[in-house]
Parts: sequence; C-alpha cells; structure tokens
Amino acid sequence: MQDTPAGAHAHAPPQGFLRTHVFSLDHKVIGKQYLDLALVAVLTGMVLSWLMRLHLGFPATPIPGLGKIAPTGAPAGVITPEYYLSLMTMHGTIMVFFVLTTAPFAGFGNYVLPIQVGAEDMAFPRFNMMSFWVTFVGFVVLICAFFVHDGPPISGWTAYAPLSAVGGDAGPGLALGQTLWAVAIAIFCVGQLLGSLNFIATTLDLRTKGMSLMRMPLSTWAWFITSVIGLIAFSVLLPACILLILDRVAGTSFFIPSGLVVSDRLQPHAGGSPLLWQHLFWFFGHPEVYIAIVPSFGIVSHVLPAFARKPLLGPKVAIACMVAVAALSYMVWGHHMFLSGMNPVSATLFSVPTLIITIPATIVTLLWIGTVYGSKLRFTTAALFCLGFVSVFVSGGISGFFLAQPSLDIYLHGTYFVVGHFHFVMAVAAMFGIFAGVYFWFPKMYGRMMNETIGKVHFFLTFIGVYCIFMPMHYLGFAGNVRRYSAFTDDYMKSSLPLHQFITIAALFTGAVQLLFLWNLFRSRFKGEPASDNPWEATSLEWSTSSPPPFDNFGGRHMVVHNGPNEYGTPGARDYIMQTDPAKA
Amino acid sequence: MGKLFAVILLVITIISAAIFISHTWWLPTDISVLGVGIDHQLGETMLGTGILFIGAQIVLALFVWGSRDTPGRKIRIFPGGPAPMVIGAFVIVGIEIVILSLVGTKVWARIVMAPPDPAAIHIDVQAEQFAFYFRYPGPDGKFGKPHPDLIDDGSGNFFGLDPANDTAARDDIVSGTLEVPVNRPILLTLHAKDVGHSFYVPQLRIQQDFLPGIVIPVQFTATTVAKPEIVCTQLCGLGHFNMRAYLDVLPDSAYDAWLKSQSQ
Amino acid sequence: MTAPKVALAPTAARTGVWVGIAAITMMFAAYTSAMLVRQGDAPDWTSIHLPGILYFNTLVLILSSGAYVAGQRRLLAGWQAGGTVAPEGIRWLHLTLGLGLLFVAGQGVAWTQLAAQGVFLASNPASSFFYVLTGLHALHLLGGVCGMLYVFSRLRKSARGAVAPPAGAVDAMGLYWHFMGVLWIYLLGLMALRL
Repeated sequence: MQDTPAGAHAHAPPQGFLRTHVFSLDHKVIGKQYLDLALVAVLTGMVLSWLMRLHLGFPATPIPGLGKIAPTGAPAGVITPEYYLSLMTMHGTIMVFFVLTTAPFAGFGNYVLPIQVGAEDMAFPRFNMMSFWVTFVGFVVLICAFFVHDGPPISGWTAYAPLSAVGGDAGPGLALGQTLWAVAIAIFCVGQLLGSLNFIATTLDLRTKGMSLMRMPLSTWAWFITSVIGLIAFSVLLPACILLILDRVAGTSFFIPSGLVVSDRLQPHAGGSPLLWQHLFWFFGHPEVYIAIVPSFGIVSHVLPAFARKPLLGPKVAIACMVAVAALSYMVWGHHMFLSGMNPVSATLFSVPTLIITIPATIVTLLWIGTVYGSKLRFTTAALFCLGFVSVFVSGGISGFFLAQPSLDIYLHGTYFVVGHFHFVMAVAAMFGIFAGVYFWFPKMYGRMMNETIGKVHFFLTFIGVYCIFMPMHYLGFAGNVRRYSAFTDDYMKSSLPLHQFITIAALFTGAVQLLFLWNLFRSRFKGEPASDNPWEATSLEWSTSSPPPFDNFGGRHMVVHNGPNEYGTPGARDYIMQTDPAKA
Repeated sequence: MGKLFAVILLVITIISAAIFISHTWWLPTDISVLGVGIDHQLGETMLGTGILFIGAQIVLALFVWGSRDTPGRKIRIFPGGPAPMVIGAFVIVGIEIVILSLVGTKVWARIVMAPPDPAAIHIDVQAEQFAFYFRYPGPDGKFGKPHPDLIDDGSGNFFGLDPANDTAARDDIVSGTLEVPVNRPILLTLHAKDVGHSFYVPQLRIQQDFLPGIVIPVQFTATTVAKPEIVCTQLCGLGHFNMRAYLDVLPDSAYDAWLKSQSQ
Repeated sequence: MTAPKVALAPTAARTGVWVGIAAITMMFAAYTSAMLVRQGDAPDWTSIHLPGILYFNTLVLILSSGAYVAGQRRLLAGWQAGGTVAPEGIRWLHLTLGLGLLFVAGQGVAWTQLAAQGVFLASNPASSFFYVLTGLHALHLLGGVCGMLYVFSRLRKSARGAVAPPAGAVDAMGLYWHFMGVLWIYLLGLMALRL
C-alpha cells in the first residue's frame, strides 16, 4: 500500500521504463496490461479452437505445420484424440479465465472505473499491480502445461474429479499437466481476489464530490457488482483448487472415493466425494458466467445511450436487475449437475431459481430494446456491437429455457446444444461487449480514433459469422450429437458431419475477420485520427479529461459531479449534459 | 446502416427459425415409454421460446430500422417508461416459467423419482475407460458381490467377481451389449470403475452420469425392437469419443434364447 | 508530501480489510462445507485427538489481540495529545507481533506432535482437514505479520515526521488481527466438535 492509499498520484509520476510500463501502480497502465494479456490469451484460445474445428470437420486431413509444432499431439499434422481433448481443455480454460474474466472486468474495469468515479487511482495501487502480475504468472503456469512431457490436461475446463484427481494413471496430460492447471487456476483466483477487493474499496470510498451511488455510470455499477460476485466465487474456487492439488500431490482423498481401479491399478485413496468437487466448482462456475457477462451489461447500458442520444430506459431498474442476477447466480449452480447423481429433488429446487433468473435478464434486454425505440441512433461500430450484443444475448439466453429444465436436460445435457447455448450467452455476448468497449474507449485510452469503416466491416462479418458457427450447434444438439468427442466418424453422429464442416468453415472465416480488428487496433494506436477529449459527446467523467488522461486522471483538478450519467436528449444547443456541468435547472 | 443491420438480423432470425421449424435436424424417433413426456415438454418449450426469440429479434430490428440520427429528429421515450418492460417480463416470462416448471417437474419426477418396479429386469452396469459392461444375475437371480481388488480386465473379470468363494457370482452373465426384451421394465444400476462416465441413448431419451463411489438406478421400458448406440457423454479420458456399446432391444423369445445361450 | 485524500484513506483501508475478511470467511466456509460433506458420506472417517497445545495457542492469540488494543489506545492517545508516536504503544504492538509468532510456533509444535504419532496430512480425512485448516489459518496469520511489519515502517516514518500519523492503517490492521483470532476460535470449535 502507498503511504496514503488513495494518494498514489499525489506526487510526480514515476520515472523509468520499469516503473511506468511494467511494474506500474497506475490503474490505467494496469488496465491496459490486463487488456493486452487478454488479447494474447484470446488469440491463443482462438488458434486452439481453429485446430479443434479443423479436426472435427476434416478429421483425416493433416494440418500443415502442426506436426512440427506438436510431434506427439499431432503426428504428421493429424490431431490425436488425446491432443484434441488437450486443445479443448486449454481453449476453455484460457477463454473463461484469461479472456472473459480479464478483459471486460479486470481490464476495462481497471482503466475506466477509477476515472468514472472521479478518483486519482484505485484504493490500493500496490495490490492492483500484484493482481495483474499474479494473474500473469497464472497464465504462464497454464501455458507451461503445453510444454511438459505428456502434454496439457485432458479433463476439460471443469476438471471433474476423479479424472482430474487420480493423476497420470487416468491418461496422458493428467500427470504434471493437470497439476499445473490446478496451480494456475489457484494463482488466478488470488489475482482476481486482490482485484475485486480493490474495485469494491474504490467504488465505496474514493468517489469524488457529488458522485452519489445513483450518479455512478451503469458500467461502474456493473464492475462493482461483478467484483462482489467475483469476491465470493473465487473465494470458493481457491479452496477447491487447493484441495484438488493436495489430492494430486499429497495423497489426500478429498475427491477420490474408495475402490477405484484406474489403468488396472487399485487407487490408494478412500472415501472422497467426486460430487463435492462438482458442487464447489459450480458454486464458482455459474457465478463465473455472470462475472463474464455483467460487465458487458454495464458497457452496453453505458455505451448505447451515448449513441442513441437518449437516456437509458429505467437505469434504476437496470441496476436492480443486475443486483438480482448477481444474487440469484449463487442459487443455481446445481443446474449443471441435474444428471450428476445428486438427489433428484434438489434438481427441481435448482431449476426454479434458474428459470427465475431469466426475468431480470429479460427486463434488462427489454430496457435496451426500449432505449433503441425512438432514438437518434448514430451507427458507430461501438453502437453496432451493442445492438449485436442484444441480439446474441437474446439468442443465447433463450436456449437457457431448455437447459434449465431437468426433464429436457436429460436429452440435451452433454450435447452440442449446451455448447451453442453457452457460447452465445457467455462467450459471444461478452465478446461483443468487449468489442463495444474497445471501440468506445479506445480514443480515451490512446488519444486516437479507430477506423470506423474497418470497424463496421468487422462488425457485420463477425455478427453473421457467430450465428453461422453457433446456431447450427443447437441443431446438432437436437440430433443427439455429443460434445467433447474428437471424432464423429463411425456412428449415428456421422450424419452430422456436413454440419460440422459448415461450422468449421464459418469458424475459420470468422476468426480471419478478427485479423481486421487486430490490424485496426494496431494501426489506429499509431496512425489513427487524433481524438478530442469527448469524441462521442458522452456525459461521464472519463470524457471530462484529456485523451489519454494525465497520470493523475484529471490533472490535479478535483471533479465535482452535479448530474447523473444519463442526461442525453436534453433541450438546448447541446443535446447532453455532462456529469460535471452545472446542475440542471 | 440501421437498415442493413435490421435486414441482416431478420434474415438470420428467419433462417435460424426455419431450420428449427422444418425439423431438418431433429431428435431421433423415441422408442421408450417415458420419452413422450420429454418430447412433449420440448415441443412446448420450443413454441414458447420460439415466439420470444422471433419476437425479440423482430422488434429490435424494427426499432433499429427507424431510428437513424437525422437533423431535426426528436427522440421519443418508450410509452410508459420502464414499467411496461418490467410488467411484460414478469407476466410473459413468469407464465412461461410457471407452466414449464409445473409440467416439467411432473415429467422429471416420472422419469427419475419413480419407485423401482418390482417386475423390472435388473441389470448391473459398469462403466470404465472406455467401455460399458452389463451384468445379468443369471438363473439364481442374485448378483455376486464385486471386489475392486479382484478386477482384472486381462482375464475378463471386469466386475471383480469371486466365483471361487461366492456362489451367487458363479452364474452371473457379463455382456458387452445391453440385451433387453421389448416392452418390459428394465432397472439398471450404474457404477463406475475408475472415473466419471455417462450413459446416453438418444432414442430412449435417457442420459445419466456414472459417479464413482455410488450406485445410481435408472429405469426404462423400450417399446420398439431396435439396436441403437449407447454413448458416453461425460469426459472420461483420451478414448472418450470411442466409448460406446449397443442397446439391443429384442423380442421376448429372442431375449430368452439369448439368456439361455449365455447361461450354458 | 501532500496527500489530498488523506481523510478518505482510513476508510478505504478499513473497507479493504472488511472486504478481505468477507473473502477469507467465504474460503473457510467452503472448507467447512467441504468437511461436512466429506464427513457425511465417508465410511472411512476416523477421529483424531487434537493436541492440547492448541488451547495454549488460543490463549496466546487472544492475549496478542489484547496487546494490540492496548497499543492502539496508547498510540491514539499520544496523537490526540498532539505528540508523535507513543513509544509504549509501539512496545505493545511489538508484543502483539511476538505473541503472533509464538502462536505460529505453537501450531508448529502441534503439527510435529501429530506427525510423531504417525498422523500426517494424508493419513485420514480428519487429519487432512486438520492440517489444511490450521495450515491455511497460519498462512493468513503470517499475512497479518507482514501487514504488521508494514504498519511498523509507517509508524517509523511518521515518527520522523515524514508522513501523517497512520491512524487508519493501525485501525485496519487491528481489525484484521482480531479477525484472525475470531477465525481461529471458530476453527478450533469446529475441529473440537467435528474432527
């Protein structure tokens, strides 16, 4: 902690490359570091998904060059079944933890939240820096699993015990690779706990004069709510990982029952409960979905009014919905376990809150749609991604109705229907929120505009692409096509191969479209049009300072807030009132 | 730009819905007694959510279509503010939830919570990396006690039976195919040898995990002579995609003949 | 050094500690429920006999909290009287630190006693939970020791007049330290009743 925790910027900015760019205490640098980490992670995860899709669509076709990179996993470029599972496990883990948690929450939250509440920095800058570097170490440990002797783990991102707990007997990748996985996730939890702690303290204590809770922008509300969810969720995943590590390396039996015979060897464990892992994991795992998506709720609620040129419909209702979603997210974890062998009565009990959680989700969706009604939409790329977000969130949310019912889960659990559902509602929707955030805040972060033409092409092709990838997965699920299979060559699922090939082509295409985004990102950073302080004519505090903001965010000024963040479409020469403007008459 | 977005969104919505409605890819024909409840429930859910899906996307497209920022245009607030949204969500989604959970819970209870049928044929199922084994009690009607320490796949003792000391185990029949007679209730007891697995037969509308350490009962009655596949849906290791067996639904006479041939 | 938000600093530190307490509570709640679930469906549960030194350690930890309260009071009184850092306040805090380390050493004795009886981490579920709960509590307490060292460095700076009196840090640190005591008493009760 700094001498005065809040006053990290009260003295001159630090000098030297290490202190300004690497081990910086500045929340803006840390936010960018998180976003850069997420970019590296998302590219890694995307390449993994390409390899998986190529293998699923065209199992016998060698992938050029892959044989050289992974000679054991893909001899002569043809992916082995176990390497497919490794790719899948690493794809899920990297995407959920190091992209969907780091980018919308830790990345944007770090950069924007302190500015939006009018603070000079986070409450505990040193913890903030530790949070990033701990997370970074977690990522490095996870990636190390690619390079250990028998490869990365093959137990999926959920790492169900006892497969994940008994060690190398259960298969390749389940020795050192799985241990590295568990250690990486435990480290990640520590990093995110430090981050959540900072977000909560900053929001509660460092708001500037006049910034009452109800005047906070919806994005800040969303990050605040997310940090509360994260604080509870990661506090449970961390113990679960510690117990898993002990089962693996210290011979304890928390998750391993008696009498297991794996690879013809009677396991030296007794009495553990595999269901306990599932309960602990999903107690974290379901709220994790909201850790990924609630920041995007906030981003869309913040960005959409700025381009609709009218206030968000019912901001207080939106906040109440986010709080309701966060609270309910802790009562629904059992819906991942309807068929796990737990008590069938509890399945019914978990089903009801799962269905109820769709009500607040529906309300916010209707609020966004109602905000679009009668608006003066400025079709910027950020606005388009907000609209696209609403569409994919509806598509993904609606399939949740099927999976929330235990009786339908009997048929659909473990099929591609589930894969389509969670990719839409959590992955694609969250990615659209991230894209909206990037196009919206890029000018503030780098002082330059992104190219709008490339941006719009990027949006439309991505929008069409994601529907081509994930909508067919619902059809596959209805046809009984099982997920986590590395091949569908020799059984009743063979008939779905053409659909898999279509998805593969759509995935390669959509992935290639992201190169446009990458190019736009890098080109605009150095060659983009210079951005004004408030290019979008938005109201919140980040637009009351320069682009990019000075080291202490407001150049020594102490911002005083007189208005809410939602004053668009006001009469007068300017159709908006900034939060720092004199109070509305 | 708004019109382009609206048109693309409508096209996506129509194609997505049309493929669902035309049943281009759909569930395989149900061959079980209880599957009809699931199919009915699925149809109801499809109808309700389909209307919500198409409705929401069309309304979004329409609102976007007509809201370009042109000079002189005045913004309009949604009539009634957020209240109609809140009420609408509570009413529409609420009714949907009540109906689905009332009916769905009955379906679920009938499948999963039904008391064991005393007339059911009891078959013991063991899942292991990467195969299913099915055990019938044999003429004495009693299963031998399994001993994990005696399991030896090499000599075919998949269940760890001890025929030398356990008379009940001597006539147990072990098969790699699940042979069942048509139209007779079947009781499976699922247990895993090593890690988690799952038992999935889409045609039977049955899916149930194997949880190491506990035994889980599953009941079904097949109504048609057929030979669908049983596949594993719980990630169990490198051979997961290859873990499968056949369910062989036989006419009564053929089943009896099979039992007899196995008991020799 | 001008610190414009000095008035807010104590609040933020206190909020931070409260949030940290919430997280740690949640973690130990997870271990507790894991233990109850594990015990519920385990035929292999064998109780272990808690080493008697744990009760002595408990006393040490309670005394360390008392010493902290005494130290904090003297420091505050000194500051309110317009003085700098009260030396007897520092001595009390040193006593807290010493007692805290004595507690950890005592826990170490408990572990060696159990190990001498052949009861190790993987011996049985009860011993696994014993080592996990006591070990992680000790780890969190050592985190508190690090916080205490930080408070000492702030007090030294303040004595030199380099920074304002770190009343907020002292206050927040105390909150964490007392929480460690409360957590330990809960864990001891849990283990005495359920292990």
